[in-house]
Amino acid sequence: MSTQATHGATQQDPRYHPAVPVFWWTRKASYLVFVLRELSSIFVAWLVLFLLLFVRAVGRSEAAYEEFLDWAASPWLVTLNVIALAFVVLHTVTWFSLTPQAMAPRVRGRRVPPAAIIGAQYAGLAVVSAIVVWVVLG
Amino acid sequence: MADDITMQVARYRPDKDREPGWQEYVVPVREEWTVLDGLNHVKNEVDPTLAYRWSCRMGICGSCGMNVNGEPRLTCATFLSDYAPGPVRVEPLAHFPVIRDLVVDLDDFMQKLPRVSPWIIRDEEQPVEDGEYLQTPEELDAYKQFSMCINCMLCYAACPVYGLEPDFIGPAAIALAERYDLDSRDQGARQRLDVLIEHEGVYGCTFVGECTRVCPKHVDPAAAIQRYKLKAAQESVKMFLLPRALRR
Repeated sequence: MSTQATHGATQQDPRYHPAVPVFWWTRKASYLVFVLRELSSIFVAWLVLFLLLFVRAVGRSEAAYEEFLDWAASPWLVTLNVIALAFVVLHTVTWFSLTPQAMAPRVRGRRVPPAAIIGAQYAGLAVVSAIVVWVVLG
Repeated sequence: MADDITMQVARYRPDKDREPGWQEYVVPVREEWTVLDGLNHVKNEVDPTLAYRWSCRMGICGSCGMNVNGEPRLTCATFLSDYAPGPVRVEPLAHFPVIRDLVVDLDDFMQKLPRVSPWIIRDEEQPVEDGEYLQTPEELDAYKQFSMCINCMLCYAACPVYGLEPDFIGPAAIALAERYDLDSRDQGARQRLDVLIEHEGVYGCTFVGECTRVCPKHVDPAAAIQRYKLKAAQESVKMFLLPRALRR
């Protein structure tokens, strides 16, 4: 049997009670994606903190800003941020695709198709990204 | 196609075993045979002591749910030939106590289901002479998907939250609560929300989404749960912001 017993049958309770194994999330690809999606929140939080540290450095002085840039260019931080970016992309893609399940808006009595909801989110992301690029490079 | 397939079937005889073991049976593979047909062949021709539930053989009754190669499936809707050359593993539905062989104890769900009042609740019943409660096709459409649940428990077997936290009220019960909430004839939403807003209610769900993937009737319990969370959150904000008189 692939599951293990927390407690097997007893005289009082002849039923067998299966237990969930510690590594249950490695048994199916969908469980693994779920756990990685949950884990991605930590990386989202890290990138928020990173942004705040950046804003603080800019607010302090030019020297602090330069120091921040040097720190941000260190190999371990670049590695961390590349991993964080991958998790944020996973976070974004998975949550965008789950949104139509959580929200079922109706327009003129008809349910908005899921593809339209997902598409609208990517469109919103594109607009915000374009504004950020324009502010940074413009 | 091979003529035979080996079925590895989980056996648990409470009078003899302390935990389940495996027994292998070789059954013929016929194009139209389902996993349930294989089990029926074993029961009728090979080993009459094998215990499992089934009834309708057509995906309506919801009795024959089992884990087939680790996936919760209705065995009457799962073809043996899809698992050729085999072997195919048949286990009782995950997360439920096993009574015998492939038969699980569903008492936990039976206790939970009435807590969400899955029936039409009216503040005041309309007199019989006023006729039936009418609904437009759009009003029917609003809840129809969630009314297709056959209580087969595949969603509970797929849900890791239910496995880890057995107090979680679970996907099917919440989908059925939503089915009645969305019914234009019903006025019991408040009553159900009071139950589902508890920790073991909708907030137990972490949106793994497996319930929806395994549902043989396309009920989408994960959607019902997330919409309930939204409703519960709106209600909490209202409770916080609005004066008492305006809250309902």
